[in-house]
Amino acid sequence: MHSLTALHLARMQFAFTVGFHIVFPAFSIGLAAYLAVLEGLWLKTGRAVYLDLFKYWLRAFSIVFAMGVVSGLVMSYEFGTNWSQFSQKAGPILGPMLAYEVMTAFFLEAGFLGVMMFGLNRVGRGLHFAATCMVSIGTLISMSWILASNSWMQTPRGYVIDAATGRFLPDNWWQIVFNPSFPYRLVHMALAAFLCVAFVVGGVGAWHLLKARRQGHQPTDAVRTMFSMAMWMAAIVAPIQILAGDTQGLNTLKYQPAKIAAMEGDWVSESRAPELLFGIPDMKNETTHYKIGIPWVGSLILTHSLNGKVPGLKDYPKDQRAPSFIVFFSFRIMVAIGMLMALVGFFSLFLRWRGTFYTNKLLHRAALIMTPAGFVALLCGWITTEVGRQPFTVYGLLRTADSVSPISVPNMATSMTAFVIVYFIVFTAGLAILLRGFAEEPHQGQRGPDEHHPHRAAGLTQASHQPDMAE
Amino acid sequence: MSNAAYWLPIVWAVLAATAIFIYVVLDGFDLGIGILFLGETDETHRNTMVNTVAPVWDGNETWMIYGGAALYGVFPVAYGTILPALYLPVLFMLLSLILRGVAFEFRSRMISKHSKFFWDWAFCLGSLVAAVSQGAILGTLIQGIKVEHNTFVGSPWDWLAPFPLFCGFAVAVGYTLLGATWLVWRTETDLQTTMRKLASVLAVAMFALIGLASLWTPYLHVTYMNHWTAWPQIVLVLPVPVAVLAIAAIFGWAIYARYRLLPFLCTLGWFFLCFTGLGINIWPYIVPPTITIWDASSPPSSQAFLLAGSVFLLPIIIAYTAYSYYVFRGTVTAEHHYH
Repeated sequence: MHSLTALHLARMQFAFTVGFHIVFPAFSIGLAAYLAVLEGLWLKTGRAVYLDLFKYWLRAFSIVFAMGVVSGLVMSYEFGTNWSQFSQKAGPILGPMLAYEVMTAFFLEAGFLGVMMFGLNRVGRGLHFAATCMVSIGTLISMSWILASNSWMQTPRGYVIDAATGRFLPDNWWQIVFNPSFPYRLVHMALAAFLCVAFVVGGVGAWHLLKARRQGHQPTDAVRTMFSMAMWMAAIVAPIQILAGDTQGLNTLKYQPAKIAAMEGDWVSESRAPELLFGIPDMKNETTHYKIGIPWVGSLILTHSLNGKVPGLKDYPKDQRAPSFIVFFSFRIMVAIGMLMALVGFFSLFLRWRGTFYTNKLLHRAALIMTPAGFVALLCGWITTEVGRQPFTVYGLLRTADSVSPISVPNMATSMTAFVIVYFIVFTAGLAILLRGFAEEPHQGQRGPDEHHPHRAAGLTQASHQPDMAE
Repeated sequence: MSNAAYWLPIVWAVLAATAIFIYVVLDGFDLGIGILFLGETDETHRNTMVNTVAPVWDGNETWMIYGGAALYGVFPVAYGTILPALYLPVLFMLLSLILRGVAFEFRSRMISKHSKFFWDWAFCLGSLVAAVSQGAILGTLIQGIKVEHNTFVGSPWDWLAPFPLFCGFAVAVGYTLLGATWLVWRTETDLQTTMRKLASVLAVAMFALIGLASLWTPYLHVTYMNHWTAWPQIVLVLPVPVAVLAIAAIFGWAIYARYRLLPFLCTLGWFFLCFTGLGINIWPYIVPPTITIWDASSPPSSQAFLLAGSVFLLPIIIAYTAYSYYVFRGTVTAEHHYH
């Protein structure tokens, strides 16, 4: 037996902690890859600008990574504290996957992070580059296991349900890991992480370009290089991401049609369905108000044919429908941001061709505004897929209401309050440090996190200082 | 019960205990360093202390995430009953670890005195509360958890009892000793001298606490008592208390003769013996007094799948972790990060 309120609190807490957490791994995945590329370019070309950029972004990485670790620690225990029924039933399948994540990824990241951070002057260049690559590979492996686990919850395969205990027993690990939605989600998430970082790097670069212009001096070589690299990523990856998202949509239609119905706010299954641009889905009255749509396009996008059938929410019993209002909007925000990213990318290509790439204010302002866009899209995407899986934790097999722990409401409320307060303190401070770091212009002879600072007695990380304008 | 279903949980119990032991030792000394901030206010010394663990603390904490994930995959029933039973201490532990974990990165990057002061205290108190919480979690587990039909049915305040709180205090003292002896090994000058003095005081305290715990624990459950007093097992378990005494003697000598590494190794020895003693106590239960390791197990297919990878990967992990420690070897001083 469970009370509705404990379930609500557990869900709120999960949404809050996982929403906070996911931002940092995504940031780490993209940033670690970027750092590996920078260091590789430095070794290959010998150009100091790449080493300067490497050190500049390494300082940000140390903060991002630490916040990812501590918020991830919470996730690994939250399944047990708040979702003990889910843990006992799905543990035999998800537990080993998460343990593999720790063994193949977390240790790799943590083991080589020290060398990457503080080892530039202690080990050879080749070894240091290897350490950077290991950290980057670790982030990618970690993502793969998490996406495999989450995909299994969305499209479960390779299990047998034990009649006596109701537990999921692994039957075929290959099918469990490589379940039908895994490859699509993995690609979509990896590209999302790269785009998140591309727009952060681009945004920081744009800010310094605008600032240099305002102050009437030339931007440093490092600023120009990072802005250019970021815009190449945007121009190339954003369109690919739109295609990847489209194929994931087809996959979802095939395996989770009820989720599609909720995302589209469609109540009646039909072919030649419209694509709604706006609407207010109303679960109680089984209708969507104030619809604004483009005829036929819904079928065209979802099924790639005009006569394709798009599912409706009324195809499913009332107690098996995801809350359409939330996913309808989260999905649309994500798509809109994706389109904007591609637009910025194309615009940057056009300006490169025109030769005004480093001077066009409109592009720089757009890139600055888009700095957090990747993270907003990422969160909206996760909301779409997770809320769209409701009312199940394991799709179609285990209900969210039957997954929660027998924890009293006061306890749940206490932990929720405590997490909100602590996260607020930690992430405000972290964000402040990051922004202060970004306010400094990357310049020649950039110091990394391990280098001595004249105003400090000791320390591997230096205190922040006033940006020097001696460029 | 098939052979695999009998043996796999035993193998996993040993492996999980090993992983938890590695965690306790590694994170123990860096939590201990945080606790030592209470007595060490000198800015230079504080930075030196943190610098001795800055490159490795992330890896230390990863063992804890591994422990949680392995428990989830291999003994899901234990994972799903222990954590709800210890809801509040686990919450305190997680919040403390968050604050002290980011404090590593934050404290040196603060500009204003106030914010630096705040993160120094977050590092210190976070370490202390995490250590006490871990001890309380352990104590509550030894004391026993009320379970019916694989679901926790006790009170959320079961951990607020004399024995768990005593364990919380004892673990905090033990971690502080680990931190102090680690610093004796890794630092120089007056910081090292201070730590050596502190270590000798803490060692006496820890020795007394080990003795008290050894006398107290058997009275919690009759099964515990039987493990220690039944003939012929007594022959097998007797070496544990004898070894504790022997290490105490070596420790005294190590401090007197100013050995650098030996005090740290002695502390490790004590921790290992306490751990062994604990294992002897609760065997074969994983959630005393009702759930054995076999009751708590996931199916052999899960355990075998994870074991295959662990046997292959853990040695590799230990190897590159050791390499990382090797890169950052040597003593740390205020003037130079590493020699």
